[in-house]
Amino acid sequence: MSEEDHKVEYTTVSIPKPLAEKVKERMKGTGFSSVSSYVTYVLRQVISSIEEEGRSKQAFSKEEEEKVKQRLRDLGYID
Amino acid sequence: MIEPHGGRLINKELPKTEKTRILNSTDEFEKVEIDPPMLKVIKNITFGVFSPLEGFMTQNDYHYVLEHMYLENNVAWPFPIVLDVSEQKARNFNLNDRIILIDSLKTPIALMDIEDIYNFNKKEFAEKVYGTIDQNHPGVNSIFKMKDKLIGGEIFLINEPKPVFPELDLKPLETRVLFKEKKWDRVVAFQTRNPPHIGHEYVQKAGLTYVDGLFINPVIGKKKIGDFLDEVIIKAYQVLIQEYFPKDRVVLSTFETEMRYAGPKEAIFHAIARKNFGCDHIIIGRDHAGVGDYYGPYDAHKIFDNFPDLGIEPIKFRSFSKCSKCNAVVNDKVCPHPLKMQNFFAGTEIRKALQSGKPPDPEIMRPEVAKVILNYKNPFVT
Repeated sequence: MSEEDHKVEYTTVSIPKPLAEKVKERMKGTGFSSVSSYVTYVLRQVISSIEEEGRSKQAFSKEEEEKVKQRLRDLGYID
Repeated sequence: MIEPHGGRLINKELPKTEKTRILNSTDEFEKVEIDPPMLKVIKNITFGVFSPLEGFMTQNDYHYVLEHMYLENNVAWPFPIVLDVSEQKARNFNLNDRIILIDSLKTPIALMDIEDIYNFNKKEFAEKVYGTIDQNHPGVNSIFKMKDKLIGGEIFLINEPKPVFPELDLKPLETRVLFKEKKWDRVVAFQTRNPPHIGHEYVQKAGLTYVDGLFINPVIGKKKIGDFLDEVIIKAYQVLIQEYFPKDRVVLSTFETEMRYAGPKEAIFHAIARKNFGCDHIIIGRDHAGVGDYYGPYDAHKIFDNFPDLGIEPIKFRSFSKCSKCNAVVNDKVCPHPLKMQNFFAGTEIRKALQSGKPPDPEIMRPEVAKVILNYKNPFVT
């Protein structure tokens, strides 16, 4: 596989300049080499926590669901 | 399926071991006796019908809701859900106390952590929720009868209050599993406190046409004198569904709560509860949850414009009638014929016929429904 195949494609996202300045300040001493890499890191954290929240919102376990289904059968709501 | 209001379905049932521990040590707790309407509130909070509420409102939420119709965490909520106690009782409590809420038979119903004890102004409460302080309004009247202190805090269910109709008592978790099992992605709710006439059936079927399922969800609980008895409403719907609906498209289940007659604000409340049951649409008719002439006929339609973030969509019906020229049930959007050709399913006329022991015109009410009602010597709340 060539190096070209591994290359991640990028796109440009604009953020307000004052915010970029704040990000630069915040980056100091973190090891991030650019505003882009820091913002990418932050966005990944945000997306991952939203996805995690979505998974935890699964309102009921399989066991609970089966118990509920049995009650619904007993009441005649499902066959 | 639509997410619960606030993003999470609340379940505040105590785990078995904790429940046993509490029940073995009830003597250690101060107790507050709860009346039947408040028992329904406890049930609705603890089983998630009132998600995201996890207990009775503290002072911050109380004021935030009164002023903005939003909880402090920016989730829409139309009116305070509070627990009132006497001054004398409140003197026994301190912040962070754990108390037990009991019913009239002294059965422990819920555990409550007291996070707030506060005063409230009944006039302000009534004015901001109902837009009036006229005590002829049943909701206002209830506020003026409240005790003088409010206690707020999280609650945990110990014993479930007995449902009025156990076979029709579905919790939000159960309706959500049921809708999933039926493969209903889109469900329209119909709120009611009356037996169905042909106009109701028309609206329900019109709503159902565009979604996967219809959730008929009568309000069961304290109502005003002259309203239909709960049992009459249920039996009337059971026969209507049996005779006139495809059974795989309709679910009938009860919503135990008192009617507050708060008009537009109650329409938002009804929508939130049905969202928690898993419905993404709700039918809102003319003068929804109104009483007397305290609210405009379409105030309950307009208020939804202020809540674009509610999640559940209102299907707004202005009016519906039987048009003699169309020979069909119509609404003012689809029928060009004049008023003199329209029969508007007037509740007073239907009642008058039923009170005289006669079935209403079959073009107004299905004969099977009328027969169920006429089987009762008095089908009304006295």
